[in-house]
Amino acid sequence: MKLKINGTDSEMQDGITVSRLLETLQIEPARVAVEVNLQIVKKCNFDDHILKDGDSIEIVNFVGGG
Amino acid sequence: MDDKLIIKGIEFKSRLWVGTGKYKDFEETAKAIEASGADVVTVAVRRTNIFDRKSANLLDFIDPKKYKILPNTAGCYTMEDALRYARLARETGVSDLIKIEVIGDEKTLFPDACATLKATEILAKEGFIVLPYINDDPVMALRLVDAGAAAVMPLAAPIGSGLGIRNPYNIKIILEQAKVPVVVDAGVGTASDVAIAMELGCDAVLLNTAIAGAQDPITMAEAMKHAVLAGRLAYKAGRMPRKLYATASSPIEGML
Repeated sequence: MKLKINGTDSEMQDGITVSRLLETLQIEPARVAVEVNLQIVKKCNFDDHILKDGDSIEIVNFVGGG
Repeated sequence: MDDKLIIKGIEFKSRLWVGTGKYKDFEETAKAIEASGADVVTVAVRRTNIFDRKSANLLDFIDPKKYKILPNTAGCYTMEDALRYARLARETGVSDLIKIEVIGDEKTLFPDACATLKATEILAKEGFIVLPYINDDPVMALRLVDAGAAAVMPLAAPIGSGLGIRNPYNIKIILEQAKVPVVVDAGVGTASDVAIAMELGCDAVLLNTAIAGAQDPITMAEAMKHAVLAGRLAYKAGRMPRKLYATASSPIEGML
């Protein structure tokens, strides 16, 4: 299925969860926040939230700033 | 001397708060923050690099167990964006603190007062500890306190300008009227600027470029640590009155 991840079109396995996506991208879940179609997905729901074809996902973390 | 800064029950070890932007690398960031003695560290919320997973994470260098992480909404130009960034920041699970920064003008980076006020009101109701970046405007400071700001953070001068406190009288009025801690945020350039802010009675100073943009950031970080302490002590001590004419320090009595 097609997903838009941080603005980039990506091809991912059908029906994967947020947890599985982060694992695939080698991203440590503890350090990030995730939004799917402008809705925040709570960390406790990463394992259960199944992504759908066409979902737009934002994965953010902290960077240097003032 | 017990002189701790407490905001919403959170005790702060240092009155120097520092940003993490504009450093050469994370090693330099970590060293400068260590040298500054700060325990509040500001960070920005941005997209994770999904292509290069070997790239380091800021929090590997700035331990959230050791420092209080203060995420900001820097770069946001609307209230809606500020709310989005703030909620994402909290969702990382590191901090309930949020520095609300809604920019109203690209060139000066002055805050949009209306959007800042609305965002503060909404986020305070959601349980955030909201610390808004504002202009040196005493009336706005009061409005923000009414809206639930845990502290107000008036700028000294435009972000990254290094001009120092341009309007100490407005800062003094804010200090007199606001019933919450006042943190001077942005625009200081060197140690004396920080000392002046603290001598006025400000509760803390938040800075970034003054350290990161110095020729030797680590040494400047140390200078800032001392400036905050010196300024605070001078404020507590109460300065002598200014006089137009001289008063001799040595006695006349006993002169030949």
